Amino acid sequence: MKKSRKDMVFNLSLVALIFIAVIIVENIPGVNPMLSTVLKKGSIYALVAVSMNLLNGFTGLFSLGQAGFMLLGAYTYAVITIPDSAREKVYMYVKEGSAVSRSWFDNIANGLHLPEGVSNIAIMIIGMLAGGLIAAFFSWLIGLPVLKLKSDYLAIATLGFAEIIRAIFQWDKLGPVTNGSNVLRNFPTFKTAVFPLTVSAICILFIVLLINSTYGRAFKAIRDDEIAAEAMGINLAHHKRLAFVISSFFAGIGGALLAMFQNTLQATPFKSAMTYEILLIVVIGGIGSVSGSIIASFLYISASEWWLRGLDSGKFLFIESPAVLRGGFRMVVFSVIIMIIVLFFRKGIMGERELSVTRFLNFFRKKDGKNEENS
Amino acid sequence: MSENVLRLENITMQFGGVVAINDLSLEVNKGEIVSLIGPNGAGKTTVFNVITGVYEATNGAVYYEDKMILSNHPQGKMKKMYAGTNADKFPDVIVKTPDRITSLGIARTFQNIRLFKSMTVFENVLTAKHMLKTSNVFSTALRLNYKEEENARNETMQLLERLGLDDVKEELATSLPYGKQRYLEIARALATKPKLLLLDEPAAGMNPQETMALTSFIKSIRDEFDLTVFIIEHHMNLVMDISDRIYVIDFGKLISHGVPEEVQNDEAVIKAYLGVSEEDE
Amino acid sequence: MFGKLFSTCLPYILSGISVGGQYALIAIGYTMVYGILRLINFAHGDIFMVAGLIMIYSNVSITPLFMNMGFSAESAFIFSIIASVVIVLVLTVLLGLTIEKAAYRPLRSAPRMSVMISAIGVSYLIQNAAIYITGGLAKPYPTKGAAMPWLSDQITVGSTSIKRVTVITPILTILLVLALVLLIKKTKIGMAMRAVSKDFRTSRLMGIEVNNVISVTFFIGSFLAAVGSLLYFTNYASVTPTSGAMPGLKAFVAAVFGGIGSVPGAVVGAFIIGICENILKGLDNILSTAGVFKDGFTFGFATFSDAFTFILLIVILCVKPTGLFGEKNTDKV
Repeated sequence: MKKSRKDMVFNLSLVALIFIAVIIVENIPGVNPMLSTVLKKGSIYALVAVSMNLLNGFTGLFSLGQAGFMLLGAYTYAVITIPDSAREKVYMYVKEGSAVSRSWFDNIANGLHLPEGVSNIAIMIIGMLAGGLIAAFFSWLIGLPVLKLKSDYLAIATLGFAEIIRAIFQWDKLGPVTNGSNVLRNFPTFKTAVFPLTVSAICILFIVLLINSTYGRAFKAIRDDEIAAEAMGINLAHHKRLAFVISSFFAGIGGALLAMFQNTLQATPFKSAMTYEILLIVVIGGIGSVSGSIIASFLYISASEWWLRGLDSGKFLFIESPAVLRGGFRMVVFSVIIMIIVLFFRKGIMGERELSVTRFLNFFRKKDGKNEENS
Repeated sequence: MSENVLRLENITMQFGGVVAINDLSLEVNKGEIVSLIGPNGAGKTTVFNVITGVYEATNGAVYYEDKMILSNHPQGKMKKMYAGTNADKFPDVIVKTPDRITSLGIARTFQNIRLFKSMTVFENVLTAKHMLKTSNVFSTALRLNYKEEENARNETMQLLERLGLDDVKEELATSLPYGKQRYLEIARALATKPKLLLLDEPAAGMNPQETMALTSFIKSIRDEFDLTVFIIEHHMNLVMDISDRIYVIDFGKLISHGVPEEVQNDEAVIKAYLGVSEEDE
Repeated sequence: MFGKLFSTCLPYILSGISVGGQYALIAIGYTMVYGILRLINFAHGDIFMVAGLIMIYSNVSITPLFMNMGFSAESAFIFSIIASVVIVLVLTVLLGLTIEKAAYRPLRSAPRMSVMISAIGVSYLIQNAAIYITGGLAKPYPTKGAAMPWLSDQITVGSTSIKRVTVITPILTILLVLALVLLIKKTKIGMAMRAVSKDFRTSRLMGIEVNNVISVTFFIGSFLAAVGSLLYFTNYASVTPTSGAMPGLKAFVAAVFGGIGSVPGAVVGAFIIGICENILKGLDNILSTAGVFKDGFTFGFATFSDAFTFILLIVILCVKPTGLFGEKNTDKV
């Protein structure tokens, strides 16, 4: 008890420190704009990776539907929150125009005389929650048949589901809602990294609390041994569905955040490649470690968006070779690094452990202990 | 007349063309320790798997505290292939999943130990308490159930102390020596607060001293936790010492039952275990 | 009326059979690897794509060689195509074997999830490498002019004119599959393959060189993928780094549909998927011809031609997870 409390305090103060650092960094002019991108995208990917880890790492359900649920969240968010004044222009290629309106919200907001900033935040939160709920609803629906399947069959079925969703959203008959295969834009977005960091932090906190609760133990029991878990009175179908729905809810919220980050939204990038990317982040961080997923997300985004940029533009560290270091080289180097991790460091950065101050201290204590024994 | 805790009626379990259990009926009364013995491959574990709902019996019924918890008759393809008897006796179809059976009060251990391998000893037992929780997923995540959680932790601790596992509670379950893993499986089963405990070869791999200790341990938990115990076991010393009654099966069929002395002297049992010598034939 | 409907349907069915044959050749690689390693080889679709790229690059670099030797441009091109086909087959097989050795063999005793992740990693690596090499652009497949001259010629079947490759594909597929089935049923290595797919560990104990068997499996799978690639891209005219992903996934679904581990199952599944998908592409057209859709109404079935495969997958997994010809596996408690 005492140990975990110490860790809790440590982790919370770490989070607080990061927040303060972010606010300061973002307000210093002349700081590398890449840093802001990394913080925004990194926090979004952290949330999505943790939600995938809840399923793949903690419950042992190998699902590859993440991109599909993100797409559901992103589209729900965008469709709900685009201001009515902008809809005509956004839906200009759809004959019938937009079938959705947010006048209900604007009426309430006007009735309450909310200042614009507040009402903007309110509709963003409503949009995100709706995105999460829609993703959760669809995951519940697809989970009914699919969760009975064993490991790799589940993977391929969820992967297929994501592809189906993508096709449906690009269907021109749904144009009045989804804008078909045209771009959605003009929905409210965030300016600073504080917003995505806050949302991700709250969501991840919830997931961590869940993992450390009695339900989290039941999930892990299912991962370790389904038959024994069932014999201990854990209802497999119910708990698998629960993990699936919760994971998809947060993937949906992550999708909504990603839509905000990108400013525009289209279904095409939500391919299986996106799911693979997130899966690889989870693997790099360590399957079954929340802090691992978070660290890996920021590392991954920093590396791919920032540190390794030079590999694409002819100049990296002290090497200058435009012939080799051209477009795409960064991703080649990057995927080689990933393969090395997958093959030789299978536990990833954290394994199944969590970042913990007590473990950190124990590590040094043990080292001292060993030295004493030796002497 | 003692009351029934568990009763099997005409249970037949057929996998494809193989009849693993054939028309088996037996009963276990409240407070008894009953053993199920038989040569290797006789179908003993299959009996447990049928009772706990891991397998769906092809035919027959199971009663727990005189309530029907399982009933089935050959259906579909099985109708043609069925090689057992009493196919028309059980018109109802009642099938429960293992977790439902456990929540009724039947807990089990496994022949090939199945502990949660990533968890500590303490967590293994605590996880079994999950079934008894009353709070939903949101209130547990938001820690509104802290009282219940604290209770569960305290009970788990008591259980570990009682079984002598409290000194290893922070160790990984799979790092324990074999004998202790068996005790941990029993602790985990007890954590679900069962009335009927099914032990599948609890003494497997134990030496005579350990087996003796286990024998008195099983007796003592029976009294302490007000249990009825149904055991599969190969160690005959343990079986003869502990059992109120014994059932013997061979090739899925009941060949003998009674108090230990009766079974010990039964020709059929001796034949099943020792085989028939060629001269006798 | 009926004749007109038939002539509307025919091209879709014919190209369905053709695509089905190409899927079948890829699906065999999936189903055999799964049968033996219990691994969805996510990189298999990318191997197929790389075979397409090898064709393009080797053709571009070999043609000048022949021209320098004094052949006319036209015959240099034809010789170069023939040489390239050989190179494609050899290099694709080498690629498949290398992937197995480098990315799967070290994980032989690891959990299945790790191997699957490794396969996804390989797929990611191949795609990124292809983007780097091609610059992310679609590369034209050598079908123009005299190249692949014979395969992409137009011939007439009934009233429709189609490429010759459309007719060749199913025939070639069936011949190759027959040869493969004979190999599996009649030869020693085939027997070893069957044994390993039944029980990996026991086969090893019985003295079967499991690693050799696996190498042979990857050899066959990659070889057939290369043949499939030659036929497939002749129809599609260009190769992009991601053009292997979709056919790969569909071929995998075909393998599941037919019952994973079963070669004939994969072939049947692939033909069914190929035909259904192509009919779906033309369903708006067909239904308008049949008079079901009036006044230029369309449903947009074509949007779902890819998704259909996955709908089929989910349905089959829920109804009969073992597929059409699969065998049942039960866990022992």
